[in-house]
Amino acid sequence: MNISVPEFSLVVLVGASGSGKSTFARTHFKPTEIISSDFCRGLVSDDENDQAATKDAFEVLHYIAAKRLAAYKLTVIDATNVQPESRKPLIALAKEYHALPVAIVIDTPESICQERNLTRPDRDFGPHVIRNQSRQLRQSLRHLEREGFRQTYFLKSPEEVAEATLVRATMWTNRKSEHGPFDIIGDIHGCFDELTLLLAKLGYQIERQPDGDAASAFRVSHPDGRKVIFLGDLVDRGPNIPDVLRLVMSMTATGTALCVCGNHEAKLLKKLQGRQVQVTHGLAETLAQLEPEPDAFKAAVKKFIDGLVSHYVLDDGKLVVAHAGMKENFQGRASGKVRTFALYGETTGETDAYGLPVRYNWAAEYRGAATVVYGHTPVPEPEWLNRTVNVDTGCVFGGKLTALRYPEKELISEPAAKVYCESAKPFQPATDVSTLTAQQVYDDVLDIDDVIGKRFISTALRSNITIREENAIAALEIMSRFAADPKWLIYLPPTMSPCEVSTDAGFLEHPAEAFAYYRNQGIAEIVCEEKHMGSRAVVVLCRSEAVAKRRFGITTNESGICYTRTGRRFFEDAALESELLARLRTAMDAANVWEDFKTDWICLDCELLPWSAKAQGLLREQYAPVGRAAAVGFDAATAQLKLAASNGKDVAALLGKVAARREQNQKYIDAYRRYCWPVNSIDDLKLAPFHILATEGEVHTGKTHLWQMETIHRICTADAGSQPSLLFATA
Amino acid sequence: MLLTITTTHQPATDLGFLLHKNPARTQTFPLSFGKAHVFYPEAAPERCTAALMLDINPLELVRGHRSYKAETLENYVNDRAYAASSFLSVAMAEVFSSAMNGKCKDRPLLVGTALPLKAMITPLPCRGGDALLRRLFEPLGYTVSAVQHPLDEVFPDWGESLYHTVILEAALPLSQFLTHLYVLIPVLDNDKHYWVGDDEVEKLLRRGEGWLASHPERDLIVSRYLKRRKGLETIALAALLAEDAEDIDTVQAEHADEEAEVEKKISLNEQRMQAVVEAVRSSGATRVLDVGCGEGKLIAVLLKEKQIEKIVGLDVSHRALEIAGSRLHLETMPEKQRERILLMQGSLTYRDKRLAGYDAAAAVEVIEHLDLSRLAAFERVLFEFAAPQTVVITTPNREYNAKFETLSAGKFRHKDHRFEWTRTEFGAWAMNVAARFEYDVRFEPIGDSDESLGAPTQMAVFAKRTKNFSPSSTVSTAPTEISTEV
Repeated sequence: MNISVPEFSLVVLVGASGSGKSTFARTHFKPTEIISSDFCRGLVSDDENDQAATKDAFEVLHYIAAKRLAAYKLTVIDATNVQPESRKPLIALAKEYHALPVAIVIDTPESICQERNLTRPDRDFGPHVIRNQSRQLRQSLRHLEREGFRQTYFLKSPEEVAEATLVRATMWTNRKSEHGPFDIIGDIHGCFDELTLLLAKLGYQIERQPDGDAASAFRVSHPDGRKVIFLGDLVDRGPNIPDVLRLVMSMTATGTALCVCGNHEAKLLKKLQGRQVQVTHGLAETLAQLEPEPDAFKAAVKKFIDGLVSHYVLDDGKLVVAHAGMKENFQGRASGKVRTFALYGETTGETDAYGLPVRYNWAAEYRGAATVVYGHTPVPEPEWLNRTVNVDTGCVFGGKLTALRYPEKELISEPAAKVYCESAKPFQPATDVSTLTAQQVYDDVLDIDDVIGKRFISTALRSNITIREENAIAALEIMSRFAADPKWLIYLPPTMSPCEVSTDAGFLEHPAEAFAYYRNQGIAEIVCEEKHMGSRAVVVLCRSEAVAKRRFGITTNESGICYTRTGRRFFEDAALESELLARLRTAMDAANVWEDFKTDWICLDCELLPWSAKAQGLLREQYAPVGRAAAVGFDAATAQLKLAASNGKDVAALLGKVAARREQNQKYIDAYRRYCWPVNSIDDLKLAPFHILATEGEVHTGKTHLWQMETIHRICTADAGSQPSLLFATA
Repeated sequence: MLLTITTTHQPATDLGFLLHKNPARTQTFPLSFGKAHVFYPEAAPERCTAALMLDINPLELVRGHRSYKAETLENYVNDRAYAASSFLSVAMAEVFSSAMNGKCKDRPLLVGTALPLKAMITPLPCRGGDALLRRLFEPLGYTVSAVQHPLDEVFPDWGESLYHTVILEAALPLSQFLTHLYVLIPVLDNDKHYWVGDDEVEKLLRRGEGWLASHPERDLIVSRYLKRRKGLETIALAALLAEDAEDIDTVQAEHADEEAEVEKKISLNEQRMQAVVEAVRSSGATRVLDVGCGEGKLIAVLLKEKQIEKIVGLDVSHRALEIAGSRLHLETMPEKQRERILLMQGSLTYRDKRLAGYDAAAAVEVIEHLDLSRLAAFERVLFEFAAPQTVVITTPNREYNAKFETLSAGKFRHKDHRFEWTRTEFGAWAMNVAARFEYDVRFEPIGDSDESLGAPTQMAVFAKRTKNFSPSSTVSTAPTEISTEV
């Protein structure tokens, strides 16, 4: 027998003790895929045959199975499973994790089971046990499908068991090997003209085949081999449903398109199958337009819809498409719930003022790595939210038909020629709606689940970063208590990396170590730039408040910010900050930065001077005290040593030593004093930008150091007109 | 740093015998963290002074102790090489061990004799100031004088430093005199005992035998030794805060003490807790959130309410939660009682599923610790997402600050307060929040009310409107205090 199990399934072996389940499992599955009840008994009791441990053992078995299924791992249950009550929790488990439950019944004759057990000294139970199991097994056979198993296989003899082959079937939803490029098109609802215009815009060539049948009525191709993905809801409401069906069926038949099922197709299918449905929500148009079509066409439509899959996982799992969206823990899985979600999404159970069900905003909670593209609910403009995007722009309601180009993530639309159908709920936005994007609205308040506990961050350029829990705890406190609105904090700088401690006795650090480090790294050219002794300041500057709102979601009438390396506002005095930002903006205007960079905001990494402006705490708690403590001690020691010398003691060496250290200390005091001066107005501040971090659409980390210095110099020169100048660059 | 010991006992040069150090010689002793030099600035029969000078190279301190990774600037720039601290005590114990132990073959009778002694210690960091210095030494019979040094004379507005030049005089046996210094110098310093082994610290305590038990400041002396051991979180926090150079928890605790000090006369805190508990109780709540629970004072009071089945204490400070846990004795609490309490770290500016499904939430003296610009997030987190039936919020009434003698005009009660509101301001904010999130709100004063300034603390109690409540009947009751104001 050829057994085919879905690649993601819960395989339940059913058979009496000694029937050969474990051998069968070992032959066809990886050892880690098999969870046996005997093994679990051993885990909890040190004895694989301790029947007293059965209850605990099965709890462990179910627990492990749950973990594996949650992780999308095929799982095989190696236990007798001859009683319906032992299979019930397994069916429930498969349901919970949307895995397909498969039963493989190994119905080895009872005599052979008895024989085998006699040869195994650890199986010292009586023959009645196997007799009972065999009886229970036979009673079970007919009911397996009714219990919920989606596939059942029966192997009736040791020979059949030995000859059986097993393959793993790819899930219908699994199209991970298809990498596109794709053009993903939202709800069409019979808008054939808009569809063909949109396809033409996307570069598809469409030829009608006059003598083609339903699945060959059109020949469609794209010079770059692009492929269309239809997100369902092809039918109902609109003007030319049959041609839309013909086009989509032709394209899917020839492999130039994929199509998932929409809720309107599902309802149409029911109707075509002769089941009772309410002819509402535009079904009447479909039925009327199908009426004149030949029966063969209707049959083809019925077959086509019946074959539509709930959702697809594409491009190595990076892209998921479904009519109404797909939660992360449903992706690639199969169950009634998954299909329902794909077709209808989730509702809160409430209805809105228009009598329509209130949709549960699954996308707001979406944290999956895959991009999810969906339709179903008409929106005026497609909006990204947490890697999901709804591209149903309500063409049939007079909106437009939209395609998302993947992987480019460009949106291409074709406006509706007219309003074909009035929406129950007006979907065009009221004029006074905020200009914030869905993502900005959602991100107004961050979620604690995204920041607490041990965290892993995958990065584009480096390996994954682990954030230890204690660091997350500390960071949460700092950010919550002191940081500015997180919307502004697009960059938090790392601290400067110090070079190795100097081997030269006179120095703590020395450039030699830094040069040696770069030499070791094979770096041939080093640009040295003066590091101004101030405090680290990051400036995000927008051209206007409107830009700050649109780009950063700032609704508090601000047009920029200056913050410290821990995300605190640099200035307590908002007026002083505004003044600084205004000066900076004037310099940007004069240096033509906005036009040169095609941007309306800029992020700069800077040093802000004087050091004492921000580092008051550091100076008063650390630098000044050290200098003072040393000075007091050395002064006192000098006085006492001089007294000793005047009394004829030989303390010359000590005196010399103390004098030398006293002088060093004075240099230290002089050193920090140079960076301290009082700040009474903006005229006392200096801002030294040293890195242009980002402008719209671009980060400038790839630019050379010289480019950075020259560009910054240009900006600073533009400020030179004001006296005293705020900005200065390292020449 | 320098310690000198002077006697006018006759002949004063006997000091040399007692210290086992020849007044004619200048000697150097190696220490694990540097060198100690001993010399005599003067050694005449009428007056003799011995000096102990420590010579510590700060660089060696860092380099010699690789285990103290130079992760923070603090390891490079600190006063440990210069300030009188446990280093000085350890040096005394090494260099003057016989004298401290009261051994002297040459002058055995002098060992137990009270001698006129004077010590000069400089620079001595006095955490607790001149007052503490006196409280430590005067009960032991010392005459104390001290000169405090400014931080930096070029920047007079930076104020005074912690460092004092301290002169202590007493008539005591030398061993006793030295022992007092040995124990009390690190107590005044009260900083980390960098690179001095823990056992050294324990030794200091043993030196207290015979006098520490009856010292009026005994508890303070002991507690300063048993300074808390820092957890990993605190170390991580310190690394983050290096630039701001404050020990966030210490500062927080100190500020809280300051606030308590300001408000002391009326035991306001107790009245506040009672008022909040009463508001929670009368709402009928059984599951209660204490958001910004700090060290758990409200939780302790709520626990006494039988009606309350579950109390969740949320705070952003992990350290505060640890303290709350130990103050509430969670470890030893009976299991049934323990199950009523859950402490968790969280932030009031982050949406948090864990906060949903409670009957009441109390935010006692919390909002004023948030930047005004972050209040909007707090409002949504508490009123929109957590959305308990009842919300109790207390905050200082700024008008009343005029009544606090110790508080200068325009200052807040606590250094971490980002704002303090008048009754009008709080009322306006609360009614706006209530309107937006569909709550009704009433206001109550807490503490003794002043006719024109109101009460020291103001409380708002929000009750969620039941669904389908007719909007026309939900006009919020304005706080009476506000309506009488112009």
